[in-house]
Amino acid sequence: MASAEGGQQHPLGIYYKIWILLFVLSGFSYAVDYFEVQGALRWTLVLLFMFLKAGFIVAIFMHVVWERLALALTILGPPSVLLVLIGFMAVEGKYAEEARFTYMGHDRNAVALTPAEIHGGGHGSDEENHE
Amino acid sequence: MSEAITSGGGPEEGVTGLVDDWAADRQAYHVPWGKAMMWIFLVSDTFIFSCFLVGYLNVRLTTTEPWPSQSDIFALSFGGGEPIPLILIAIMTFILITSSGTMALAVNMGYRKEKMKAFWLICATAAFGASFVGMQVFEWSKLILEEGVRPWGNPFGAPQFGSIFFMVTGFHGLHVSAGVIYLLWVAFRVKRGYYDDKGFEIIEIAGLYWHFVDLVWVFIFAFFYLL
Repeated sequence: MASAEGGQQHPLGIYYKIWILLFVLSGFSYAVDYFEVQGALRWTLVLLFMFLKAGFIVAIFMHVVWERLALALTILGPPSVLLVLIGFMAVEGKYAEEARFTYMGHDRNAVALTPAEIHGGGHGSDEENHE
Repeated sequence: MSEAITSGGGPEEGVTGLVDDWAADRQAYHVPWGKAMMWIFLVSDTFIFSCFLVGYLNVRLTTTEPWPSQSDIFALSFGGGEPIPLILIAIMTFILITSSGTMALAVNMGYRKEKMKAFWLICATAAFGASFVGMQVFEWSKLILEEGVRPWGNPFGAPQFGSIFFMVTGFHGLHVSAGVIYLLWVAFRVKRGYYDDKGFEIIEIAGLYWHFVDLVWVFIFAFFYLL
């Protein structure tokens, strides 16, 4: 195994394959936005493509799949603890938002403006804002 | 490295190897020290970017003002046609992936001792990186000058949009800019033959940094632009 000497030499073919795969996955990610997929399906697809891309970059381009377990765990272990932080912050954030809607009278149905609406039509946005 | 190799051939693999590497009073990582240091730096950098992204998660959840539609804000029209949603960001994403590929090839050429090929591939990577920063400058100036987005407010909706946008993409752009300088420095040392005797691990180490920058962009692209 190459990693025992610290060098990482692998056949070129695998780099080309992963390279193409990353392009395809990015294309898929962009397609999700282009075709305006919304809701749970949007989240699922975007996160799926994101984790696949991140996984291939770390595993193949950064050679972690070929590194010894001691180094791989040093790299992947500490950041995995962040999942706990993400969980806490998500729960806390949801609670704060709900409290502001319920007890502070914030508008639950507010809609953001688009550049087209601000610049006065121009590139016809069909939905008008009735607020 | 050689002192770490046990007498019975190479070191053990898998879990036995993990226990061996950590239990014995010797070197834990069987990689060049520069590579181990780069990885430790990247892990710490992961935490910085994570702080930003988790902060973004919390701020976006707690604000009751509507979050601006990224798809419309980052749309771009060519030749006066209909604006294509998020197209600039998509191009930037593809540029960064292209640069990641050329970097991976450069690392490979370095280990094959094909010095000039490695040099040109690193230069190509740096050029793609520079064009990425250029497009980011274009994106920032469009947002600041035409749309009036500021770190403390914007005409579309939640003011936090601007703060997060400038902080996260700014910090990432800073990484790309630093990466371009680092890569060019490595490239010219490779060309001048500085590593001919020392070995070309330096290209892999610089490559780790560059792939990390691409990796961070994968998360920014998903969380900030798509979701």
